[in-house]
Amino acid sequence: MLDTAIALNRFGLGARPGDTPPADPKSWLTAQFSRFQPRPQALAQVPARSTVIGQLADYIAQQRMDGRAKRQMQPASLPTGAAPAQADAKPDPQADPLRRFLRQTIREDYLTMNSARLSAALTTDNPFAERLVHFWANHFAVSVDKLPVIGLAGLLEFEAIRPHLFGRFSDLLLAVEQHPAMLVYLDQAQSVGPNSRIGRIVAMRGGKQRGLNENLGREIMELHTLGVRTGYSQADVTEFARALTGWTVSGLARGPASRFIGGGDDGSFAFADALHEPGERVIMGKRYPQQGEAQARAILADLAANPATARHISTKLARHFAGDDPPAAMVDRLTRAYVASGGDLPTVYRALIDSPEAWAAQPLKFKTPWEWSVSALRAVGQTQIDPQAAIAMLNQLGQPTWKPGSPAGWDDIAASWAAPEALMRRVEIAQRIASKAGSSVDARAIAQKVLPGAVSDATRTAIARAESPQEGLALLLVSPEFVRR
Amino acid sequence: MLSRRFFLSAGGAAVAALSMPRMAFARANTSRRFVFIIQRGAADGLSILGPTGDPLHAGLREGFDQNLANGTRLGSFFTLHPALAQTAKLYAANQALFVHAVASPYRDRSHFDGQNVLETGGSSAYQLKDGWLNRLLGLLPTGDTKALALSDTVPMALRGSNQVSSYAPSKLAGPSDDLLQRVAALYEPDQQLHALWNEAVATRTMAGGVEADGQNGAAMASVAAKLLAGDNGARIAMIETNGWDTHSGQQGRLAAQLRNLDGIVGALNTGLGADWANTLVIVATEFGRTARPNGTGGTDHGEASLAMLLGGAVAGGKVIADWPGLSTAALYEGRDLKPTIDLDALIAGALAQHYGIEPARVMTRLFPESRGSAYGKPLIA
Repeated sequence: MLDTAIALNRFGLGARPGDTPPADPKSWLTAQFSRFQPRPQALAQVPARSTVIGQLADYIAQQRMDGRAKRQMQPASLPTGAAPAQADAKPDPQADPLRRFLRQTIREDYLTMNSARLSAALTTDNPFAERLVHFWANHFAVSVDKLPVIGLAGLLEFEAIRPHLFGRFSDLLLAVEQHPAMLVYLDQAQSVGPNSRIGRIVAMRGGKQRGLNENLGREIMELHTLGVRTGYSQADVTEFARALTGWTVSGLARGPASRFIGGGDDGSFAFADALHEPGERVIMGKRYPQQGEAQARAILADLAANPATARHISTKLARHFAGDDPPAAMVDRLTRAYVASGGDLPTVYRALIDSPEAWAAQPLKFKTPWEWSVSALRAVGQTQIDPQAAIAMLNQLGQPTWKPGSPAGWDDIAASWAAPEALMRRVEIAQRIASKAGSSVDARAIAQKVLPGAVSDATRTAIARAESPQEGLALLLVSPEFVRR
Repeated sequence: MLSRRFFLSAGGAAVAALSMPRMAFARANTSRRFVFIIQRGAADGLSILGPTGDPLHAGLREGFDQNLANGTRLGSFFTLHPALAQTAKLYAANQALFVHAVASPYRDRSHFDGQNVLETGGSSAYQLKDGWLNRLLGLLPTGDTKALALSDTVPMALRGSNQVSSYAPSKLAGPSDDLLQRVAALYEPDQQLHALWNEAVATRTMAGGVEADGQNGAAMASVAAKLLAGDNGARIAMIETNGWDTHSGQQGRLAAQLRNLDGIVGALNTGLGADWANTLVIVATEFGRTARPNGTGGTDHGEASLAMLLGGAVAGGKVIADWPGLSTAALYEGRDLKPTIDLDALIAGALAQHYGIEPARVMTRLFPESRGSAYGKPLIA
């Protein structure tokens, strides 16, 4: 593969037929740092955070009311006879708060946001930068199989990741950890310090135990910063979780609880002092005497600056661009760039671009379903896709957006994606994309444009011999050089 | 395998008919249906309707067209492939007519370019920007030439200034067998992909995921027939079939392709009911295949092939051919069946007779680059 093809396909999201091949691939990549738009036109239709939080708050409030009503009705007060029949008769979807909430948040939020993400990827002139957005969204993964996250997942990417893409890792980290999607997904919003004001009141009343939740603290250390088995202990996780108490979201709780939280009701980050565990914390031998929100902020800043974090991030970046088993020399190089610059992301990206390992002529990566779909749609010049069809396509290919199922995100190795049935699905989708593109797209002409200098003789022959333009296009999209980058 | 179906509906004919020259529309009848079935990939006319009476046939295709031994004899010269059983019945009922050694003006051997010529009606590829089926709408006595395509996209033959709306069936057909085979060939040298692909195909076959040929086409054609039948039905439809590019394993693959095509024809016949009597179906391909088999049990890209005219409206029960012969000297460039009848002229002639429009007008409108004239002998009853 020529450097041009590598820049377009391995670093970028795949060439479009109309793209001018970059004369200087490396400076084409670095030029995207300043050209990148955190909020491109493609994201214009994304629902506001306050709207999404409002839907969620309505649902939570409704659930709470229903729960209370049910508890009051329990002791023998259920009218005999009529009720079960009524319940069986016709479940009114409007009356069922869960179904109402799901319909709203899936249709209005999730589908719209996925389309916006896809549209941004299909229309961007800065595909390397957009690829980095997807990389970080997967690094800081939230998953919509947790219902309240359905409408929030996209916002994490749009509001926390995009604006900090070319800043410092520490700022990116803070923005992500204070975003409602992350606070809700990893249960931080409900974590209560046992000795906080609320914690003591709850303990006194002997009410339902609502205490410390370690989920976010652990995943920050294990997944977002240091990496697993890098020297922190269970005690460190617990201490971090204590420091994080009070970090929550405004506008989620209504009624009495909301007054402890403060802030507005728009879903912005809120520090609730009444939930915060008082006292100083000790993490990996370091004392954090700060009070309030500043305490966890200080810990986050130290985690961002930790060399283990530098290595963890560098390893993942190297794996994404230079192969499933990232070359040790490259990981070292990126780590040094990270440490020397204090986690300045453009410096790390530059070290990445300057790494010869990422420019190896042979394909280094098997495209994930997302990468493959985006590159295929870009190759045929499609700039948007029906929201339902987009979700159906990614579901069918096995990578529904923002639904990796765990905070670890999707795997970034071929073994997870290069599977028999998955390959068959790509062929099906390729045929559908090609059929939609119609005979107006000539695969013979675009092959050279989207894979400059990288089309094998076998693929060229297969396309030329295809029995229809559509079949030729489908073959290009599933060719060995197109399913890899 | 059938991938897409396209429909044109033509309603509200009366008003427009008044403004048209009466003579030209003496036989204009909007109850007439027309279905164009394209065989993408170059169908081998010599295997579909074998010239078994030609003394050179046996030697040329010895051991290759064994299926024809069980075929239907049409007179003393031709034998119809046995997979076309329902089509053979139509022939017996004078509702099927075959035209052999027919070809579009295109003389090279690229599928893309050949299909473009076949569908646009030009004399060379990419010369015309719209399709002859779309231009046909302009000739019909209709006030409302609303066209309906049953797919995501509109094929070249239907594209043009006459409006075409589309309807995509919810369940799209899976990848064609032909595409699956080409993918297999493409992955052959790639260790990783080759292994994955073999596994995928084996699993699918076990799970019955690959639909039996013949089932698919018939089911889709029933839907097509529903949309064509009755007073409010569509008047024109286009059905696309893929998978005719039989470079290898032709005997089995072609039989499956023909069973599928036969299923489509049968389903149209059944589904159209009384309207079948007013229906013309034309089946055509972009070009034919080599007269001699190649080294892999198949045939390569050639020139002349076979066209079929089917339906209750057809003056059938005959084979039309100006037979060029199979000697090396008689073959086009010493390898392919030589075209002796112009496909464009045939289509124009059939449509002129079907709709009762002056043949020269049809020829000029649908095939403006052609210097020939529409086929004049009786094709329509």
